[in-house]
Amino acid sequence: MTMKNIKLATLAVAALSALVALPAHAGKTLDAIKARGQVVCGVNTGLAGFAAADSSGKWSGLDIDVCKALAAATLNDPEKVKYVPLTAQQRFTALQSGEVDVLARNTTFTLTRDASLGLTMTVANYYDGQGFMVPVKSKLKSAKQLKGQTVCVQSGTTTEKNLTDYSKANNLNIKPVVFEKVEAATSAYFSGRCIAYTTDASGLSSVRSKEAKDPKEHVILPDLISKEPLGPMVRRGDDEWFSIVKWVIYGTMEAEEYGVTQANVDALKASSADPVVQRLLGGGNEDTGKLLGLDKEWMARVIKAVGNYGESYERNVGPNTPLNLPRGVNSLWNKGGLMYAYPIR
Amino acid sequence: MPDTKPPKKPFSWRGQAARGWLYQFIAIGVVAAAVWFLASNTLFNMKARGIQSGFDFLFGPAGFDIGESLVPFDSGQPYWQAFLIGLSNTLRVAILGIILTTILGTLLGVGRFSRNALVRGLCYAYVEFFRNVPVLLQLLMWYLLFTEALPAAQEAWTLGPLFLSKGGLSFPVPLWAQGHLWGVLGLVAGVALAWGYRRWAFRQFEATGRIRSMFWVPVWIVALAGLFGWLAGGAPFEFDSPVKGDFSIEQGGALTPEFLSVLIGLTVYTAAFVAEVVRSGIQSVSRGQAEASAALGLAQGQTMQLVMLPQALRVIIPPMTNQFLNLTKNSSLAVAIGYPDVVSIANTALNQTGRAVECIAIVMLVYLTTSLATSLLMNWYNARSAIKER
Repeated sequence: MTMKNIKLATLAVAALSALVALPAHAGKTLDAIKARGQVVCGVNTGLAGFAAADSSGKWSGLDIDVCKALAAATLNDPEKVKYVPLTAQQRFTALQSGEVDVLARNTTFTLTRDASLGLTMTVANYYDGQGFMVPVKSKLKSAKQLKGQTVCVQSGTTTEKNLTDYSKANNLNIKPVVFEKVEAATSAYFSGRCIAYTTDASGLSSVRSKEAKDPKEHVILPDLISKEPLGPMVRRGDDEWFSIVKWVIYGTMEAEEYGVTQANVDALKASSADPVVQRLLGGGNEDTGKLLGLDKEWMARVIKAVGNYGESYERNVGPNTPLNLPRGVNSLWNKGGLMYAYPIR
Repeated sequence: MPDTKPPKKPFSWRGQAARGWLYQFIAIGVVAAAVWFLASNTLFNMKARGIQSGFDFLFGPAGFDIGESLVPFDSGQPYWQAFLIGLSNTLRVAILGIILTTILGTLLGVGRFSRNALVRGLCYAYVEFFRNVPVLLQLLMWYLLFTEALPAAQEAWTLGPLFLSKGGLSFPVPLWAQGHLWGVLGLVAGVALAWGYRRWAFRQFEATGRIRSMFWVPVWIVALAGLFGWLAGGAPFEFDSPVKGDFSIEQGGALTPEFLSVLIGLTVYTAAFVAEVVRSGIQSVSRGQAEASAALGLAQGQTMQLVMLPQALRVIIPPMTNQFLNLTKNSSLAVAIGYPDVVSIANTALNQTGRAVECIAIVMLVYLTTSLATSLLMNWYNARSAIKER
């Protein structure tokens, strides 16, 4: 090889590397979504109330509403979403590699995940805690009575580590039986292989309502052994897209706070005298969407598509659904909860 | 006498040898460049996206428990030790599975030649059923059988000191005492004695032609020597027996349903293939051999044991190696039914640390190493039992 050839080869390799490295650039996600006309949303493979497909393949749930809201804000159509069901192991790789635009898959925010995965957390849309479900006939009243027992758990979750920490702190010597798929873990529990099943309390309610032969035969112990703030994650390096996801979620909370609902959104947009509502819905002269790279009515479309946060909660996981989860810490801040939207102005 | 050897060609860049070298060199260079490109590009991209990489995580505390392990494991121990526990669980299934599958497969393969039509038919049906159902389904089926069909721990099936329930098979384990050491010494002495007996019996056979038992007598020698050693040590007879607790069987030793399902599932599946290997091996020995041995007055069992199997072995061993490797690799499916093998540990480690590339690389390395070790061992055995040309 001559010197010139070597230089050429080096250039070619450098050019190739640059090509492959391209998707990391900022601001691309929104452009890509608009170009393909679809938001690609990573969701759970099946968790009633959060993300589950019905018999006709229609997805619904609290996390699904986030996907729909994003599609409504960016593409003017809540149905322009492609749902990619992901297992606990696949989820981060799928987001890192750009296979999905956003990961709305009841994922816990932790320091390790924030600082080492090349991903970033937006806003928690559900505050949860890890609990235990046991059969009523076991007569167990507290998780502290699980000394030396087997507990079924899904791998690749913060759950596994919380269980170990709890077992160690209370000297319980719990034996975990670890399954790759959530379905395998729950069916092992229902078959009686384990005395208890552990995951986030919302997940326990979901599993109990969907998979138990008789939901009354299983009880969720009162002990919550961890904090689990769940919410959507996005890739690092695209701050514009990060902002859109963040403010769409804040927007649904703000809407609840100011009484904007799916039913009255059009009326309020036309006639509300409240400047906050006007800003939120794009009824007045102020254009909050422009700063995000969207249009003036971005939030009005979101509310029309999925309702405000409270409506979404009641429809998917609230007391009138099979999950029957009380609002609790997920109430708005002015009602004693943790849902506090930053002001949209 | 003229020299018939062609004159040595002078080295030339245009010669065939030089071209051969050049092509090989280029081929290796292209492969190396491709590997380098992929590796450096992956690292570059991961860095650009702020994904941390490296194997340093192996030395940090694992922070998770492992349901079953041969040696006790605490969540404070580092990741690399967790991987070792996973590896030991994989090997436990693989080694036991290989032994059991060889025995079962050979019996089934030989059974295909039985004069009894029922035995022949059953062996045939077994092979066709188990080799045509995907192994993952079989594992799930066994696990379902263990967890659904067996009773809960409180109503465990009891067979003497054994308990069989959803919690698995619980059995008493002898409490370690001084006397057991004598028993072990007795067994070792027994093995030495049995080996000596076999040598003596073989020499007697060559000298006088008298056939002595080459199997049962040595077995008895080992067993009796062990028994005498144990008696000499004071015959300790204390067991840690399992007892029914409130929710589970406590104390004693236990084989979990996950382990039993993986072991039985893989054994039963692979045995179907081994049976076919054995059958084809036996069929490869020409019929004349069997007829000749019958003419010499050997019984049917002797014909099989002394004439057919030793010759069949030469055909059997190479494909048998494949089956052993398959069994080892299929054990990675254990993760589906909650057995903490090396893949399951790697999955957990991957999710806790986010080091996907590293964890997958470790799993690949583990399977590559175990498979190569199995291959080497079997190749050595193959060379040993291959036909000796003298």
